Amino acid sequence: MNWNWSVIIESLPRLFEGALLSLELVAISVLVGGILSIPLALMRLSSNAYVSTPTLAFTFFFRGTPLLVQLFLFYYGLAQFDAVRESFLWPYLKEAYWCALIVFTLNTCAYTTEIMRGAIQAVPSGEIEAAEAIGMSKITLLRRITLPLAYRIALPAYSNEIILMLKGSALASTITLLDLTGMARTIIARTYMPVEIFFAAGCIYLLLTFLFIQVYRLIEQRMLRHLRQESAAG
Amino acid sequence: MLDLQGFGGQFALGALMTLKVAAGGLVLGLILGLIGAVLKLSKSRIAYAIGAGYTTVIRGLPELLVVLIIYFGSAGMLTRIASLFGYQDYVELSPLAAGIIALGIAFGAYATEVFRGAIQAIPKGQIEAAKACGMSRLQVFFRIVLPQAWRIAIPGLGNLFQVLLKDTSLISVVGLEEIMRKSQIAISNTKEPFTFYFAAAMIYLTITIIVMLAQRRAEQWASRGMRGRDQ
Repeated sequence: MNWNWSVIIESLPRLFEGALLSLELVAISVLVGGILSIPLALMRLSSNAYVSTPTLAFTFFFRGTPLLVQLFLFYYGLAQFDAVRESFLWPYLKEAYWCALIVFTLNTCAYTTEIMRGAIQAVPSGEIEAAEAIGMSKITLLRRITLPLAYRIALPAYSNEIILMLKGSALASTITLLDLTGMARTIIARTYMPVEIFFAAGCIYLLLTFLFIQVYRLIEQRMLRHLRQESAAG
Repeated sequence: MLDLQGFGGQFALGALMTLKVAAGGLVLGLILGLIGAVLKLSKSRIAYAIGAGYTTVIRGLPELLVVLIIYFGSAGMLTRIASLFGYQDYVELSPLAAGIIALGIAFGAYATEVFRGAIQAIPKGQIEAAKACGMSRLQVFFRIVLPQAWRIAIPGLGNLFQVLLKDTSLISVVGLEEIMRKSQIAISNTKEPFTFYFAAAMIYLTITIIVMLAQRRAEQWASRGMRGRDQ
């Protein structure tokens, strides 16, 4: 095997440039999707069927279909409708960047909604009853008891979702974006060295996942520090 | 209702191809997952390192990248290997083979963790009892551990299979004529992207629902020996 290191070193700056776009897409979509998921999880748990059913349909669609279909449906599909092409949103919707961002956000939001729903349901009912007994209003109870407990329960599962999103962001390359995978494919089209370039791109993905897991562990330790002290004392 | 303009038959063929890749990936992935779990539970450090390396690397790579590496990367390597045996032509994997291998490898990495958890959940006493009866290590594995580990592993494997089904769409990128590729072909004729991608989405949803129902049946079947409704 004649392995070509020089081609890897030459393409590294551009691969990092792609990695930056990947990170940007993931960071924005996870942030916005995460914020949106909280009201959606509450709606999903609502006893009113008019509120919970649309949320269920939303999460079912985005979790039941491949991310690639969702991307193509938005990027290529929406152009089929004249109403969309004439609307004020079209300058954004025709851009691959915005399409990827919107689809990634909706996708991660659907998964996070289900994670949050599970977490909210896992909040011990005794804590909620105690808060009710003290006379907290529904909103205070949500703000002080349910949500702080729920997001701590959700934290471990949420890290998996973020890693899946990082890996899913590779699909941005299929709608012409030059993310890490897209950049790798462009370089390969020029150099025709698939093994070396994919190896380099793969290493960068592994590095990103590794760094993310380390940072997340620190965040988790800080957020769950009350639990650690408890177990140390007991 | 969606007007597929005569492409319904093509869609059915595409769905069949999707199921074929998914089934192939599942079989390969289950084998790799079992091997991986045995490696990771092994006392040998080298075996553990191989198992842990496999799961860490593959779970950190995007599935699309795995598909691209297997499809484009294997051609160069296979051609080199073939030339060692005196075969001079260019050798490459078909998109179907590349897809099954790529998805099988990805599924196997996650299945390794599911199987590992399931095998560890089997009470030590049973294994000791089997050894006391004089069973060899292989016999213990196939007669005692595996039949019970299945039951514990099925919910996890079912979820992984749903992920696998959705990942089959990635193989359209290397030209396999499954649902996504068929929709692209239909769209290049009809210029109605939304209609056909939406139809594709509906097919995936239908398959997902069927798999969910099958999973429930499989769980019931696997725990038929258990009393009570939980476990």
